[in-house]
Amino acid sequence: MTTFKLSVNNKEMSAEADADTPLLWILRDHLNLVGTKYGCGVAQCGACTVHINGKAIRSCLYPVSAVGNNKIVTIEGLSVNGDHPVQQAWEEFDVAQCGYCQSGQIMAAAALLKRNPKPTDTDIDAAMTNICRCGTHVRMRKAIHAAAGKGGTAK
Amino acid sequence: MSTIPSISRRNFLKVSAIAGGGMLVGFSMIDKADPALTADEFTPNAYIKITPNGTITLMAPNPEIGQGVKTSLPMIIAEELCVDWQKINVEIAALDAKYGNQVAGGSGSVRGRFEPLRKVGATAKTMLVTAAAQTLNVPAEECHAENGSVIHKASGRKLSYGSLASKAATLPVPSDVKLKDPKDFKIIGTRVKDIDVKKIITGKPLFGIDTRREGMLFAVVARSPAYGKKLKSFDDTETRKLTGIKQVLQIKNSVAVLATSTWAAKKGRDALSLEWEDAGKLESTADHDAAFLKMLSKKAPDTSRNDGDVEAAMTASHQVLDVTYTTPVVSHAQMEPLNFFADVRNGKAELFGPTQVPGSLRSQVAKELNIAPENISIGLPRQGGGFGRKLMPDNGVEAALISAAAKCPVQVQWTREDDMQNDFYRPSAAFRYRASFENGNLLAWHQSSVWLNRGNNSDTYPAGALQNFRAESQGLTTNIPMGYWRAPGHNVLGFAAESFMDEVCHELKKDPVAFRLELMEKAKQQPVGKISYDPDKFKSVIELVAAMSNWGKKQAPGTFLGFSTWFSFNTYIAEVVELKIISGKPRVHKVYCAVNCGKVVNLSGAENQIQGAIIDGIGHAMLTKITFDKGAVVETNFGNYRFLRMKETPLDVVVKFVPSEAPPTGLGEPALPPVAAALANALFAATGKRFRKMPFDEA
Repeated sequence: MTTFKLSVNNKEMSAEADADTPLLWILRDHLNLVGTKYGCGVAQCGACTVHINGKAIRSCLYPVSAVGNNKIVTIEGLSVNGDHPVQQAWEEFDVAQCGYCQSGQIMAAAALLKRNPKPTDTDIDAAMTNICRCGTHVRMRKAIHAAAGKGGTAK
Repeated sequence: MSTIPSISRRNFLKVSAIAGGGMLVGFSMIDKADPALTADEFTPNAYIKITPNGTITLMAPNPEIGQGVKTSLPMIIAEELCVDWQKINVEIAALDAKYGNQVAGGSGSVRGRFEPLRKVGATAKTMLVTAAAQTLNVPAEECHAENGSVIHKASGRKLSYGSLASKAATLPVPSDVKLKDPKDFKIIGTRVKDIDVKKIITGKPLFGIDTRREGMLFAVVARSPAYGKKLKSFDDTETRKLTGIKQVLQIKNSVAVLATSTWAAKKGRDALSLEWEDAGKLESTADHDAAFLKMLSKKAPDTSRNDGDVEAAMTASHQVLDVTYTTPVVSHAQMEPLNFFADVRNGKAELFGPTQVPGSLRSQVAKELNIAPENISIGLPRQGGGFGRKLMPDNGVEAALISAAAKCPVQVQWTREDDMQNDFYRPSAAFRYRASFENGNLLAWHQSSVWLNRGNNSDTYPAGALQNFRAESQGLTTNIPMGYWRAPGHNVLGFAAESFMDEVCHELKKDPVAFRLELMEKAKQQPVGKISYDPDKFKSVIELVAAMSNWGKKQAPGTFLGFSTWFSFNTYIAEVVELKIISGKPRVHKVYCAVNCGKVVNLSGAENQIQGAIIDGIGHAMLTKITFDKGAVVETNFGNYRFLRMKETPLDVVVKFVPSEAPPTGLGEPALPPVAAALANALFAATGKRFRKMPFDEA
């Protein structure tokens, strides 16, 4: 067991865990940030997507020992009041069905808009690789275009 | 007032004062089940809670699995109660007999509860109006309800529901209340966002997997690696050396590892040394498939329908089309892997987690642990998908057994691999379809199917429109658990039947839309035997989707259409898949869907369900299968159990509802069965190749 000091959502946090513990379980079971979801454990579905230094990564295969001083942002910290343009668009288009994968989808979309503020459908196809079992893809695509139209990066 | 025929009911309406004043309306109905629904889907009930401070809480009585009933069911109450949707609270009801049968399945929640929930709202509203009239000392007829208040227009006085709640609670319950004229609906039929939308987009704890309780341990379980094997022995020496391990327990044929975190429990589970022994047949998919083809070559014992004389029409003098379709086993793979929280101590059980059948979960836990049902509480979180997996309560029962043995609160978490290897699968099936033709006419239709576990017969369309029609089905016994998967039976039957219909149209050189309309006309004018569908409603969706998709008009170069239609859960669907060939490869560009499902409650939620079912159906047709090898599941995670990604999904799914004031019919399932055939038919139009075997990607 090692104590890891982490920067999560602009707060210093610490967790005592085995070095091989994936960041996903540190967030969920140690730091009680349960918005980041477990879906497959093999970096396929993207339900566990968080930002590390602004880039989308799949936290289920990312060992806590690899985090170091990098800054982690989870769905709980994407915006203070839940009003990141992607969150607003997700609400406006009533994207969710079951809702389980959506925090990962929102984190993936926010990272996409950060590096590509006006993505085309082809860009969205390439960047949005998370699984949504309910099939909300049509609405997600519309929401991403709408968020881009409003200047889709974080305030 | 609208009524749903074929239902006899006794109503029990109860109003009680709640502690501290206020009003609680319960509405309990014990119904004889509608034969169209399964036995446990038609005993509706609901709650309204209005406190003196004006807080209005509506209970959503059925489990929310992503089908939207936590939003749509309270909308029905709110409509008749005349409250502002933006100002009410909604809770998912815990399991309680006063809510009737709380099942999420059979696309039955809204269609079963539509009228009863309207009455719940109208009854409460009527009592609040009476309370206001008495308070103001004016006739009730001079008062009306609006946005959570009762208004006496003549004097301009207005009393809020909160201020009237305590008085209303003392009034007698009216036996008959007037329901709104649907033209006055303000909430039903509008676009309402999911009630949890803000919590979802900000990652608030909503799901079973998010449960955290004082003293709770996390458990991960080692289960049999193959169907037909059982636990012989295990050694937990290595597990006990690891961080955070608290207990290792054998529970029946499994071993549970309890630890201080999910990861620690998983590592502990993976470190177990387990020995399994053969306890039954070790089955393989290749054997199932070979047996299917053998069985299809013989006449099945179960014939559900036999009109005219099919065999006489299949003689050598006629042109005969004879083709076989096959569909694989698939897993439910709901996004939230199974889990359950259980705290079983001192003869009491508290359970909280994802299930579509809290009632049968309670019965099974009561039996397994010998606890009185009244000492078992079951709470329901929002659920990360259902698709039928949680019509089996094994996840909750297992958690209860583990907590009872561990004597502490436990959250049992299944890994994705656990979930995919321990399912109640959609059975694989094979279909043989034959048709004969004479002078450019369809003379006879014969469909024979074989399914894992048990036969699944259907005498739906085109039965009734053809002089000679036979349908037969049989089952192949298996020790692999089969269950219910979104639109059971219909999900693959719709593919085979509507693909074959397209092949028939091709043989006849008839337009697929025009030929179906012709069949519907025959079913209407000269029905053969009983018909289970309404030809006019079928026509309403066929004609609408043809117009939406520009069917029969010249398409842009490289654009190809495929058509399909199906009727299930009392809902009529017609779909057109529009493919584009992009760099030599077909992509589903758009899908058009026309729906006749009676009155739509939530336009946004309904459209979302239809779009989702279509993408679900396309994905499973294209990519997905489960294979068994000597009892073991080959595809255990999303690496080789594939779902559509954004780059493979249609850019748009255009949905239109046929305007209707008829009571709502099913919505979560019916759009799925026809889409695989619409896709296969579009692929044929584009490539000249028939896709008769799912998943198409392997063809």
